[in-house]
Amino acid sequence: MPPEDVDTPLSDPGPGPATGPVVPPTTEPVPDPSPVVAGHAATAGSAPALSVRGLWRRFGQKVAVAGIDLDVPAGSFYGLVGPNGAGKTTTLSMSTGLLQPDAGTVHVHGQDLWASPLQVKAMLGVLPDGVKLFDRLTGEQLITYAGLLHGLDRDTTAERTRDLLTAMDLTADKGTLVVDYSAGMTKKVALACALVHVPRLLVLDEPFEAVDPVSAANIRDILASYVRSGGTVIVSSHVMDLVQRMCDHVAIIAGGHVLAAGTVDEVRGDASLEDRFVDLVGGRVSGEGLAWLRTSSD
Amino acid sequence: MVAHLVRLKLTLLRNGLKRSVWQVVGLVIGLLYGLFVAVLAVAGVVTLSVARPDLLPTVVVLAGSVVMLGWWVVPLLAFGVDSTVDPGRFTTFPIPRRQLVVGLAVGGLVGIPGVMTSLVSLGTVAAWWRDPAALVAAIPAAVLFLLTAVVGSRATTTLVAPLVARRRVRELLAILALVPIFLIGPILSSLEGAFEGARFDGLVAALAWSPLGATWGVPVAVADGEWLVALGRLAVAALTLLVLAVVWDRSLAHSLVNPIQERAGGTGRDLGWFGRLPATPLGAVTARCLTYWVRDPRYAASLVFLPVVPIFLWFVSPGGDLLLVLGPVAAYFMGWGISADVAYDGSSFWTHVAAPLRGSVDRLGRVLSAALLGVPVVLACAVVPALALGRPQDVPALVGVSFGVLLTSWGASSIASALVVYPVQKAGENPFQTKSNGGTTAVVSQLGGSLVVAVACLPEAVLAFVAVRQGIAWLGVLTLVVGLVLGAVALVVGVRVGGRVLERRQTELLRQLVSFA
Repeated sequence: MPPEDVDTPLSDPGPGPATGPVVPPTTEPVPDPSPVVAGHAATAGSAPALSVRGLWRRFGQKVAVAGIDLDVPAGSFYGLVGPNGAGKTTTLSMSTGLLQPDAGTVHVHGQDLWASPLQVKAMLGVLPDGVKLFDRLTGEQLITYAGLLHGLDRDTTAERTRDLLTAMDLTADKGTLVVDYSAGMTKKVALACALVHVPRLLVLDEPFEAVDPVSAANIRDILASYVRSGGTVIVSSHVMDLVQRMCDHVAIIAGGHVLAAGTVDEVRGDASLEDRFVDLVGGRVSGEGLAWLRTSSD
Repeated sequence: MVAHLVRLKLTLLRNGLKRSVWQVVGLVIGLLYGLFVAVLAVAGVVTLSVARPDLLPTVVVLAGSVVMLGWWVVPLLAFGVDSTVDPGRFTTFPIPRRQLVVGLAVGGLVGIPGVMTSLVSLGTVAAWWRDPAALVAAIPAAVLFLLTAVVGSRATTTLVAPLVARRRVRELLAILALVPIFLIGPILSSLEGAFEGARFDGLVAALAWSPLGATWGVPVAVADGEWLVALGRLAVAALTLLVLAVVWDRSLAHSLVNPIQERAGGTGRDLGWFGRLPATPLGAVTARCLTYWVRDPRYAASLVFLPVVPIFLWFVSPGGDLLLVLGPVAAYFMGWGISADVAYDGSSFWTHVAAPLRGSVDRLGRVLSAALLGVPVVLACAVVPALALGRPQDVPALVGVSFGVLLTSWGASSIASALVVYPVQKAGENPFQTKSNGGTTAVVSQLGGSLVVAVACLPEAVLAFVAVRQGIAWLGVLTLVVGLVLGAVALVVGVRVGGRVLERRQTELLRQLVSFA
């Protein structure tokens, strides 16, 4: 969630642009993503699943998100990548009604999120990162709770809860309190909660963190079939390879700005997504340091 | 190494203070309070040594034993209170265990309880100003006392930690621990009378030879000129310290390589309340809160007052007439008990923010879940004392004022918990442990809320008072009507306004809750 996301660069002197307002040390000026995205909007022919304009958010002295424009075409599998503290979590929080933007608008399928939050939230499925769940409930109760909060009736909730538990391979643990789940199981049950009301737009912040490879593959299948059936998915991730394989669109965010956005092929060009990302974001240090870090045989 | 660990502790403290002004305020208030109590205690002991030197041994040995017991037992119940310098964090560093043990012991004195105890025990030395030999003997006794207290607390926590890590055990312990806290006042006041007599002599003599009181038994014996006794008690005290140090050392060695794993808690076979209540958002919120009332010890802790308040009231007025206020008092506790509900949710509150949930539904669900328990409890607290005291004519008035207070408190809570959140203990943490950094917001919200409730309940309170005092039956019925009507109005207003406030403020509340985590 925002504060952590914002704090990270302060404590982590690793690669990537330092703090918010500082323009990232890219080799080229910050590109305006709108021309690229506009092309997609035109081909899609309908209102984008998510349309963000001029989104700003400041925490105290620090600008976490500095005027982000983003269009996520309906039916796309959209990856949001960026270094730690880039503003991914803050952007996603503001796009899902969890955090009030200082400025800017968010439209989901043409409806203004902050003008009519209840209608828009009904279309959204959210998996935030770095927050807890109501973990004194059992897995089954938690998914049921999410379904009922979205106004599903009892039979629908029960049926979908059963199916989701099976799909997430949690049936054996449905009676265990979520507080006793492993990190991966917790992610899976949270994802199930985000899916239970069949949202039109699914926003997942770091959905694969701590999830084992088998579960991750299952989740990818679920998400892919969800997209095939017309849903839209936004995932944020650090793992470029995963995004490149899974997503059809991608936006690279750093220092609270969008550096590049479009289809994966457009953004990466001839290079791999990872190379393109490092190229845009910068911050690689040469491997010559730490000369003393050699274990000798004696 | 010792210096490093103490410096580490101070650095952690300083960095914690840098994070927020309120932490500084909290620490300063805590320090001032501690200092106040310490000065009071030292002044008390010194005054005693002037005015009633005959009572000095009794008081010093008794108080010393109680404080020692506190050091050994309280951290068990408040486990995790001082995990800033958790030995487990040093597992990966090549530090000799003996140095770690000494460093942690000295580091344990850094903090309000440590500083307070140091001041008081060193100050107590001055109480033997009459007798130079006892004065000299009191200095090592004080040091020994401090060391035994700190090492003892470490020994018990490290030894019992694997057991305490089981959630059920810790939850139970934590709730049990709260009960005697409430009873401290009555116990002290009943002891007061006993103090003059010689009733404590046997107890004190036993304590002075026991591991708890042996350190302070030394100067007492020296003052009496019984050198052999003093030597014997010194041996007991030194042996205690040695045994505790060894126990601590051994269990630390064990726990460093066998880290505690929190054991799985209970499992739910079916949907529980979710299957029984209507399948609507309101039913879901209610079911969730009810489940938490059962599974989350923080909610259960608010019920501890139930058996305690009547005993307290009985102690205060032996005739028992004061028991008649049990109804309104219980109503206030139960009603205001949900005023920190959103803070208790912590960052999991996002589930409500992300869902298309009306604020008033959130508010009402929380009240309904509290009502399932609150209504019968308050009804019993209003009716039973009146019947037990043979005053059935007071029942309508008492029920009226009690439910007036209950409904009004729920209304006020509904608004308060939508307005402010403050750091509270998290679901897994010990309810015994309070967060100092939320202090001011919490205090302002509690005081403000209580004031609002008190003013809003004034009509039925006055009516009830007159009705019970004068024994006017029709006034009692009027109180019942006024209490129920005014309370219902307050509840409706509270849920409506609270719902609107929540919809406006929920993202800000969530942002704060996440930053507390």
